[in-house]
Amino acid sequence: MKPASKVFTALIMIFLFAPIVILLVFSFNEAKSLSVFSGFSLYWYRELFRDSETLNAVKNTLLLAVCAAAISTVMGTAAAVGINKLRSRYLHAVMDTVTNIPMINPEIITGISLMLMFVFVGRLFGAATSLSFWTLLIAHVTFCLPYVILQVLPKLQQMDQSLPEAAMDLGCTPLRAFLKVEIPEILPGVITGMIMAFTLSLDDFVISYFTTGNGFQTLPIRIYNMTKKTVTPKMYALATIIFFVILALLLVSNLSDSDGSQTIKAAKQKRQKHSMKNHA
Amino acid sequence: MKKIIELKNITKTFDGEVVLDNISLDIYDNEFLTLLGPSGCGKTTTLRLIGGFESADAGDIIFMGENINDVPPHKRNVNTVFQRYALFPHLNVFENVAFPLREKKVPKSEIDQKVREMLSLVALTGFEHRSVTSLSGGQQQRVAIARALVSQPKVLLLDEPLAALDLKLRKDMQQELKKIQKATGITFVFVTHDQEEALSMSDTVVVMSEGRIQQIGTPIDIYNEPENAFVADFIGESNILDGVMLEDRKVAFSGHVFDCVDAGFGRKKPVDVVVRPEDVDIVTEEKGMLKGVVTSVTFLGVHYEIIVDINGFKWMIQTTDFVDVDEHIGLYIEPDAIHIMNKSEYSGMFGDYSSFSNELDELSDAESETEE
Amino acid sequence: MKKNAPGQRGLLQKLILAPYSVWAALFIVVPLGFVAYYAFTDSAFHFTFDNITRFFTATSTVTEGEISREVHTYLLIFARSLKLAVISTFICLLMGYPMAYIMARASDRTQKILVTLIMIPMWMNFLIRTYAWMTILQDTGIFNGILGLVGLGPVHIIGTEGAVVIGMVYDYFPYMILPIYSIMAKMDVKLLEAARDLGCNNLGVLRRVIWPLSLPGVISGIIMVLIPSISTFYISQKLGNGKFYLIGDAIEGQYVANNLHFAAAIAFILMVILLVCMALMQRYANKKAVAA
Repeated sequence: MKPASKVFTALIMIFLFAPIVILLVFSFNEAKSLSVFSGFSLYWYRELFRDSETLNAVKNTLLLAVCAAAISTVMGTAAAVGINKLRSRYLHAVMDTVTNIPMINPEIITGISLMLMFVFVGRLFGAATSLSFWTLLIAHVTFCLPYVILQVLPKLQQMDQSLPEAAMDLGCTPLRAFLKVEIPEILPGVITGMIMAFTLSLDDFVISYFTTGNGFQTLPIRIYNMTKKTVTPKMYALATIIFFVILALLLVSNLSDSDGSQTIKAAKQKRQKHSMKNHA
Repeated sequence: MKKIIELKNITKTFDGEVVLDNISLDIYDNEFLTLLGPSGCGKTTTLRLIGGFESADAGDIIFMGENINDVPPHKRNVNTVFQRYALFPHLNVFENVAFPLREKKVPKSEIDQKVREMLSLVALTGFEHRSVTSLSGGQQQRVAIARALVSQPKVLLLDEPLAALDLKLRKDMQQELKKIQKATGITFVFVTHDQEEALSMSDTVVVMSEGRIQQIGTPIDIYNEPENAFVADFIGESNILDGVMLEDRKVAFSGHVFDCVDAGFGRKKPVDVVVRPEDVDIVTEEKGMLKGVVTSVTFLGVHYEIIVDINGFKWMIQTTDFVDVDEHIGLYIEPDAIHIMNKSEYSGMFGDYSSFSNELDELSDAESETEE
Repeated sequence: MKKNAPGQRGLLQKLILAPYSVWAALFIVVPLGFVAYYAFTDSAFHFTFDNITRFFTATSTVTEGEISREVHTYLLIFARSLKLAVISTFICLLMGYPMAYIMARASDRTQKILVTLIMIPMWMNFLIRTYAWMTILQDTGIFNGILGLVGLGPVHIIGTEGAVVIGMVYDYFPYMILPIYSIMAKMDVKLLEAARDLGCNNLGVLRRVIWPLSLPGVISGIIMVLIPSISTFYISQKLGNGKFYLIGDAIEGQYVANNLHFAAAIAFILMVILLVCMALMQRYANKKAVAA
């Protein structure tokens, strides 16, 4: 790499990682300050583990993420299989568009739209509060689904069609051919989709903000409330832990993806217009 | 001989285009039958119909006396070797071959014995635990064959299986396949566009074009007695000329009357005349039955390929004697080198060697049009 | 034809798309209808244009120093959101394009490392990342601390539009790089060789071959940054010190105040504008594709 490029890259990396490094460093700060480092201490980590509201939020978030990932992976894989089998180009286009809507739409609009519907329906049934864990779960599954589909569908399309035919030729019913041959082929996509869904759910703030209720607090929402008041390094400790967990997940996902193409694709699809991808 | 498969009046349309046009074909027990034709002729579709991956729009498929039109592939006693082998990448060689047996819940010891038997038949003993993705093309192909044969189907369908192999390996595999067919007694239905392959391996050749069967016969029959200009051109090289059958064993073409061995076409009947390049003798101009000018000479090692202009029609001759461009030569044609065919829709389309391909023909047609 | 006959799809196969279709209709399409419904009704659910007109006509007083003036509240907010989003997107492009170019030309191993590095901030919690910038940019924050070490005076950044832009660029920068990089990495090296063979120097190759071919990636990146930038509501609150209301803040504010109908109206208008922009971009991209 040319020296000018190296310098530029270094500058960009500093820009990207400065806040993260600061987070990491200050989580170990002795004092309460977020800008002056006085000494190394694990105090805030201990405080974190004593903060029951935060721990509760962590539990909630994990529960939600696991449920959302499970449901969206199963439904998304089935959907990908179904879409792949569509012969009509019109239906295919309709499905593509609908699947892309949650990805293109700003999160605030997805959140508001779901909230309005839940509130309206809730009022229709005379419920006191319309929003709860269940509305939150529905919202999470909804925005996870497109990402699962977009991971599994290409694997189905790239799969050698003669493989399930060979299985049937050799005596498998169509269902068994799917289970014994197609599923192993698409498994990497399914797993990546599942991990994506899990991390998206963990990290979601905007949509959760509008669709949760009954005091069900996820971690991002808890963080939001914490930042409304004075912030101590305790939050940084939380951020550091989250960081390392996500890092571990990324590494695991990378291991099942030898050439990095899944990772790049997953990152691209965090927000992406599908038809633009077709031009790309 | 017993009929294993009968195709009766099969018609198949894709997206409004007729791919198979009223095809009827009988396939017998213990025969090596090849479907031969250019791409798009319908040969692969026919194969897939027999395998159960497509269904005909009209007509019947009879298997050992029973109509199997509605029988799905996994219930048919027919197995397929796919063009790109379709080996299951997540299973090793042993498991790939064992796949159909496991599906039938065959007991473990029997599976073990049968798989090893098959692997030795295809000369892959010792490869049981290899991953299929690490094998060469030829080895993968043999695994595919073993897998298709292990459950002893009545018919084996092979969809251009040798297309991806290089020349020498292809020739070896041709012999292997022939040996395996004889050893197992299973009917092989083989699809290819390579006429040499078809001639060297088959008991029966079915020549197809544009969704129709052009001719069925043994390799020798197909080569020596093609029934129309398409078959004559597709198999080997042929000079195909316009002729008139004056009476039995006498035919006129290129301005000369020839003795020939064919009869039964009637009197003064227009016919297509086939003369193979290797069957023409080059003599001096005076001694020749036809006279012409050499327009090109190509050295191919085994012989010279020369193009001769005779009255505007370009002949191709294969000879071991050297002649020079622009030489005036004579041609001598023995009576049994002349083969007569009825006129068909293909008359006039083939046989003139101004170019070897249709594409160049079209280009030079366009050129000469713009020149005028 | 019987079930499982060749070419015939079984009942199970036809039904497999049903759960998702129902879900998508119910939870993707219908809610958007509700946005429109709420936007065009009042609290008694009677049809009205009031919410929409309020967006365009509401005014408030803005005092700067001694000058007070009437401004169209929400139009001003929208203009401000647009301005900041465009600036941020432009800066992301300026920084991101060279970075993508450098990455695409690096060795395979370096590329993988760089891609992972760029993605790591994306997976950090968005709120915390923004909050960290807040502490850096505070008057007594780290940035000013470093400036102080070099002898430069403290700079008041926090609470300015500049801080909001910095926040947006930081949060959305990876989304600009990755599509551009992805296209560049896939670019056929032979095309560049052909260009050099035909007489282009490095700048020529960049201008006449790489830039046109990378355009779809650029457009992709622009969209991926522009949309969240316009609609964000947290960045402005934290880095803009609450003084700067963007469209996202407006929607959230109305929601918190339980003015659901007006919130829906703002959301609806935002949706329409974004749809129009995207259709235009699509048209532009298609024209480029046809011309290419």
